Amino acid sequence: MAFTFAAFCYMLSLVLCAALIFFAIWHIIAFDELRTDFKSPIDQCNPAHARERLRNIERICFLLRKLVLPEYSIHSLFCIMFLCAQEWLTLGLNVPLLFYHLWRYFRCPADSSELAYDPPAVMNADTLSYCQKEAWCKLAFYLLSFFYYLYCMIYTLVSS
Amino acid sequence: MSAPAGLPPRPAAAAFSPVGPGGSREAAAPAGGAAHCHNGPVQSQMQFPPGYGSHPPNYSAPSGHYSQVPNKAAASHLDHQYRASYYPGYYSAPAQNVMTPSVGSNVLNAQGSQQLYNKTPPHTGGASDGPVQGAISSASYLHMSAQQSYSAFDNHYSTSVSSSVASQGFPLNSDHYAMPVVSGAMYPSVSYPPAAAGSAYGQTFTSQSLPAVGQFKETNAFSSQSTSVPHSLQQHVPAGYNTTLSTISSAQSVQDNLCRNLPGSVAKVNNQIKTGGIDSSQPVHSVSQNVAFTKPGVGTSASSAVVSSVRSPAPSLSSQPSSSPSVTQSPELALQEALDSSSTTSSASPVLNNYDALEGGGYPDTRSVTSSPVPAPSVPQTSKASKPFGYGYPALQPGYQNATPTTPVQPSNPGHHPGFQHYPQHYPGVNQLSSSLGSLSLQHSQQPESLRPVNLTHDRNILPVSSVPAPVPNLNSDLRKLNCSPDSFRCTLTNIPQTQALLNKAKLPLGLLLHPFRDLTQLPVITSSTIVRCRSCRTYINPFVSFIDQRRWKCNLCYRVNDVPEEFMYNPLTRSYGEPHKRPEVQNSTVEFIASSDYMLRPPQPAVYLFVLDVSHNAVEAGYLTIVCQSLLENLDKLPGDSRTRIGFITFDSTVQFYNLQEGLSQPQMLIVSDIDDIFLPTPDSLLVNLHESKELIKDLLNALPNMFTNTRETHSALGPALQAAFKLMSPTGGRISVFQTQLPSLGAGLLHSREDPNQRSSTKVVQHLGPATDFYKKLALDCSGQQTAVDLFLLSSQYSDLASLACMSKYSAGCIYYYPSFHRTHNPAQAEKLQKDLKRYLTRKIGFEAVMRIRCTKGLSIHTFHGNFFVRSTDLLSLANVNPDAGFAVQMSIEESLTDTSLVCFQTALLYTSSKGERRIRVHTLCLPVVSSLADVYAGADVQAVVCLLANMAVDRSVSSSLADARDALVNAVVDSLAAYMSTASNLQQSMLIAPNSLKLFPLYILALLKQKAFRTGTSTRLDDRVYAMCQMKSQPLVHLMKMIHPNLYRIDKLTDESTIHVNDRVVPQPPLQKLSAEKLTREGAFLMDCGSIFYIWIGKNCDNSFIKDVLGYPNYASVPQKMTQLPEVDALSSERTRSFISWLRDSRPLSPVLQVIKDENPAKTDFFQHLIEDRTEAAFSYYEFLLNIQQQVCK
Repeated sequence: MAFTFAAFCYMLSLVLCAALIFFAIWHIIAFDELRTDFKSPIDQCNPAHARERLRNIERICFLLRKLVLPEYSIHSLFCIMFLCAQEWLTLGLNVPLLFYHLWRYFRCPADSSELAYDPPAVMNADTLSYCQKEAWCKLAFYLLSFFYYLYCMIYTLVSS
Repeated sequence: MSAPAGLPPRPAAAAFSPVGPGGSREAAAPAGGAAHCHNGPVQSQMQFPPGYGSHPPNYSAPSGHYSQVPNKAAASHLDHQYRASYYPGYYSAPAQNVMTPSVGSNVLNAQGSQQLYNKTPPHTGGASDGPVQGAISSASYLHMSAQQSYSAFDNHYSTSVSSSVASQGFPLNSDHYAMPVVSGAMYPSVSYPPAAAGSAYGQTFTSQSLPAVGQFKETNAFSSQSTSVPHSLQQHVPAGYNTTLSTISSAQSVQDNLCRNLPGSVAKVNNQIKTGGIDSSQPVHSVSQNVAFTKPGVGTSASSAVVSSVRSPAPSLSSQPSSSPSVTQSPELALQEALDSSSTTSSASPVLNNYDALEGGGYPDTRSVTSSPVPAPSVPQTSKASKPFGYGYPALQPGYQNATPTTPVQPSNPGHHPGFQHYPQHYPGVNQLSSSLGSLSLQHSQQPESLRPVNLTHDRNILPVSSVPAPVPNLNSDLRKLNCSPDSFRCTLTNIPQTQALLNKAKLPLGLLLHPFRDLTQLPVITSSTIVRCRSCRTYINPFVSFIDQRRWKCNLCYRVNDVPEEFMYNPLTRSYGEPHKRPEVQNSTVEFIASSDYMLRPPQPAVYLFVLDVSHNAVEAGYLTIVCQSLLENLDKLPGDSRTRIGFITFDSTVQFYNLQEGLSQPQMLIVSDIDDIFLPTPDSLLVNLHESKELIKDLLNALPNMFTNTRETHSALGPALQAAFKLMSPTGGRISVFQTQLPSLGAGLLHSREDPNQRSSTKVVQHLGPATDFYKKLALDCSGQQTAVDLFLLSSQYSDLASLACMSKYSAGCIYYYPSFHRTHNPAQAEKLQKDLKRYLTRKIGFEAVMRIRCTKGLSIHTFHGNFFVRSTDLLSLANVNPDAGFAVQMSIEESLTDTSLVCFQTALLYTSSKGERRIRVHTLCLPVVSSLADVYAGADVQAVVCLLANMAVDRSVSSSLADARDALVNAVVDSLAAYMSTASNLQQSMLIAPNSLKLFPLYILALLKQKAFRTGTSTRLDDRVYAMCQMKSQPLVHLMKMIHPNLYRIDKLTDESTIHVNDRVVPQPPLQKLSAEKLTREGAFLMDCGSIFYIWIGKNCDNSFIKDVLGYPNYASVPQKMTQLPEVDALSSERTRSFISWLRDSRPLSPVLQVIKDENPAKTDFFQHLIEDRTEAAFSYYEFLLNIQQQVCK
C-alpha cells in the first residue's frame, strides 16, 4: 500500500479521462446537430432560417476546433505521465491513439491555416460520418480506459 | 381516348417513318415522289395535307442522304418522346407520334373530335392549299402556344396528342392499311427486300423496324384511301390497339426490307423507331409536323426538307418504333444502337417540345438540330416554325445532333459486328448505321453493343464521328421517354448496381452530374396552390410514382403511400377530372412549380447587384473599366429584375470609394472611406439605389468611371476591406456582388503574398499552394452565403494573384469565377473581346436568388460528397445564394442498403429559388434508372463522360487535400482498376490485350486528356493561377462544357462539303467529322479548327490551299496572314460562308462565346494549340499509345 507516482498518474488520468469522455459525448452531439437540421424542409428553405443555420454550423465548428487542442494535449499528457511512471502496458495501449492524433493534427490540407472542422468541408456527408464514427470510437476507448485506469489505480495502491 | 389513341398512333407513326426512309431513298426515283404526292392529296383531304405536301419535296431532298435522314428522324423522335411524356398514361401503347399528328388531325376533322386542335381547321381547309396552310397554322399555333401560358399549351398538347394518337393509331394498327400501302406504289420504290442480306443490322432492325414498316404502309394507305379513310381508321383504331403485335410484325418485315435496301435509311428508321418506341412520340409528331409543314410550304428542301421527309416518314417511323420497341423489346444490336442514338436525341428533344411556357430560352440560336444530310439549301422558313419545338434545344450539344449524320462520313465504328467494318464502303448506309450504332453505346440487356469488347491497343479509331452521346438507360420505352434529359441530369452508371459490393467490384465511381438551372426553351410551369409531395420524404410527385388507385400514389423514393389531394384530381390541361396521372407533373420529368406562400417566410428578395471595381493603377493600365462600364451601359435594361431592382457601385484602390446615386442628385457623389482597418458605410442608404429611379445617375457614373482614375498613382489594392463593405451593404437584402480584381490584394484584411515560385511551374514533383493562404475569403463567403449574397469574381491579371485564395469568396457563396490571364485592353484584344462577350452573357442571363437545392434518391442510396460552388447546409441540402444557368454540380453516392427488392431507382433534384421577378419557384428534375445485378450490366451502362467528369471533380479535391501526384495516380488507377475488373469478368478475353467494353472505350483517352489538362499536368510549365482556375472550372462547369475542356474537338475545315450538313434557322451548317487529337492528322495542306470550349484555334498548314486562305481568311496567301487574327472576315464565298456558319453554330451551343485564334506554324501561340493534341507524346507525358501500354502493364500485373 503505497502512494507511488504511478498511482498518482492513474488518479490524475481518471479525472482527465472523465473530461475526455465529456468531450467525446459533446462531439457526438455536435456532429448529430450538424447532420440533422431539425426543421421541416419548408422551413429549411427559408432564407431567414438559412442564416440561423449557417451561424449554428459556424459556431459548432468553431467550438469543435477549440476542443481539438485540449483533447490532444490531455491525451499526450497521459502518455508522457505513463512513460515517466514506466507503465509500459498502459503506455502501449495509448500509443496508437497518440499517433492517430499526431497524424490528424499535422495532416493539414495544403496551406490552409485551419485544421479540421472547416464548415464547408465538414458538412460533406462522408466527412461528417467519418467524424461521427471517430467520436463514437473515442468514447468507447475513453470509457474502457477509464475503468482500466480505475482498476490500475486500485491495483497499484493495493499491490505495493 | 388517349390510351387507345396512343396505341394506334404508333402504327401510324411507323407507317410514316417507313415512308420517310422510302421517300428518301426514292427521292431520286420519280415513282417515290409520285407516291408521296398521292399521299399528299389524300392527306390533305384528311386534313393532313399540309404535312404531306411538304413531304414530297422533302423526300426528294432526303434521297441519297441517308445519314441525314436518320438525323432528322432522330429529331422527330425526340419530339415524339416529348409527346410521349405527355401521354404517360399510355405507356402500354407507346403510340407512334410521327404519323399521329397528321393522322390525328385528319381523324380529328373526320371525327369532329372534341379536340381543341387549332390546327385541325386549317388542315381540313384545303387539300391542295391544305399543306401550306396547315403548316402555317400549325406553326403559328405552336408559336402562340409557346407564348401562351403554360397551361394553354398543355391543353393543346394533350388534346392534340390524344386526338392524333387515336386517329393515327387506328389506321396504322389496322393491318389492312399497311397491306395496301405496301402494295401501293408508295413503298415499292422503297421496297425493302425483307431479306436484308447480310448485315447483322438488318436482322436486328428487323424486329424493330417491322412495326415501323407496317405503320408506313398504313399511313400510305391512309393517304391513298383518301377521305373515306378516316372512318375506316376510326374503326380500325380499336383493332389497332389490340393488334399492336401484329402491326409490329408487319413493321418488322418492313424494317427488314428497309434494312436491305437502304441501310442508312434503315438506321434512321430504327432510330426513329426506337425513339418513338421510347417515347410516345405523338406530341413530337405534331411538333415535327409543324416544322415540316412550314418547311414544305416553303418548298425548300434543306433541313426542312430532311425534316419533312423524315417527318412524314419520320413521324411515322418514330411512332412505329415506339410501338415496336414497346412491344418487342428484343433489341437487336443494331436496333439497340439505333435506339440509343434516337434516345439520346429524344432526350434532348423532350425538353424542347414539352412545354409551352417558354422559360428563358437561353440560346435562341442554338436550335439546331435538324441535321439533314441533304444539303438542303433553302428552307429558311423552317427555322421559325421549327424553333419553338423541334429545334429549340439550346442546351443540346452539337454533338448530339450531329451524331447520327456524321456517322456516315466516318465509318470508323465497326458497328455491332466488328467484321462489318470492311463492308461499310460498299454499303454506305450500312456503315452509317453501324457507325452510328457503335458510337452510341446503349445498354440493352439483350444488346451487348456497349459491352462489345474493344481492343484498345489495336483499334486506333475509337473516336466517334461526331460527339459522344449520352447512353440511354435501359428502361422500357414509356419510362425512357419520360426520363429527364441527360443534359440536365446524368448518372455515371445508367445501370445502378444492386449492392455496394457490386459497385466496388466494378471500380467505377457512382455519382450524378447536374445542370439544374440550365436554360430551357420550354418548360412546364405549374401554378397550383398545393404542390403534391410525399408526406414522409417530401419528394415532389413525378412521372415515376405509381398510382395505386385514383386516390393514392406511392412515392418512388421512400415507398410511402400518399393520398392524392382533391385538387390534383383535376387536370388543367385536359380540363378533365379524375385523371391525376395525366397532370403535367406526372407527365414531365422536368417541371417548375410556382411556390405558394408556404415556401417563403419573408417576401422574396428583389434583384440586387453590386459591382466592386478595382481602380488601382494596375487596373487602369489594363483598361478593363471601359469594357465593363460599356457592357453595363449596353445591358442596363436587360439586367434580370423587376421594378424593385437595385444596383450599386464600389471602387477601391488603397481606399474604398462609395457612390451616392440617390435620385434627385444632379450628379453621382463619390464618398471615400480611407479607414480600411475598420470599414464602415458612409451613408446608411442611397448606396444601393433603384435601377429605374436613378437610371440617369447610374449612366452618368458609368460614363465617367473609366476616366475618373486615369491619372491614379495608387498601386495598392484593398480588396478585403472593399469586400467587407460590400457585405455590409448587401446583408439586409442579399443579391449578387461582382468583384473585378486585377492584382494581388495588398492592403487591409485579406492581404495576400505571392506564393508562386516561377521555377516550380514545370516541376514534376510537388505542386504547392493549391489551397487558400488565408481563411479570410472563406469566412467572408460564408457570411455572404448566410445573407443570401453571392460573390462572383472576375480576375483580370497579368501576374500571380493567388486565385487559390481569392476563389474561396466565390466557391462557398455559390458564385462563379472568371479569369482572364494577361488581360490588356489593347495588347491582348482577344481577352478583351472575351471579357466583353462574357459580360454580356453574365449580365443578361437568368439568375435565381436565395436558392436551395436538395437532391433526394431512392431509399438505399445515399449521397455523400458534393462538388460545385455552394455551401452544404445539411447533409442533403445545398445552399446557393445565387444560382446561374451555367453552374454545374456533381455528387458522389454510395449504396447503403441492397437494392434487391427494387428494379428502378430514382433521383430527384429540387431547386427552390427566387426568380428575378420576385417569384418563388421550384424546379424539379427526376431521373429514373434501372437496377442490375450483374457486373456486365454495370459496365454496359457506364457513361464514360460522366465518369470522367466525376473523376475530375474528385481529383481536384484530392489535389487540394493531399497532393497533385496523388490525384494523378488516382486517375490512372481508376482506369487500370476498372479495366482490370472488366477483363477479369470476361473470361474469354485474351489477357495479353487491353480490352475495354465499348461503353468505356474512350475512358483511357479521356483520362490521358485529363492528365494533360492544365489542372493536373506536371512537367509542363503551368502558372499556378491557370492551374487553379482550371480546377475551379472542373468543379463548377456542367458536363457538356467540361468535356470540351478536357478533350477538345478537332475538325478539318478547309474542305467543308455539303455532305451531312444540318440546318439551323435558315443556315446550312456543315458537319465535318471529329479528328483525333494528334499531329498526325494535321496535314500541311489543311486547315483545322480546334474547339476547346472557351477558345477556338484555327491552325493553318503551310501549304494550305490559297483559295481557302483567300476566301476564308481574306488574305492573298499564307505568308500574309497576320500573327494575331481573331476574326474571320465576311467574304462572299461559299467556303467562307460554310466556315463561318459552322463556327457560329459551335458558338451558339455554349453560353460563353469563345475567342477565335488563328495560328500559323511560326506563331508563338502554336504551343497552346499543340498542347491540346493529347494523343501525342510530349517531353513530359505519354502519348496515347504509350499510355495504353502503361495501363496494360499495370492491368496485367
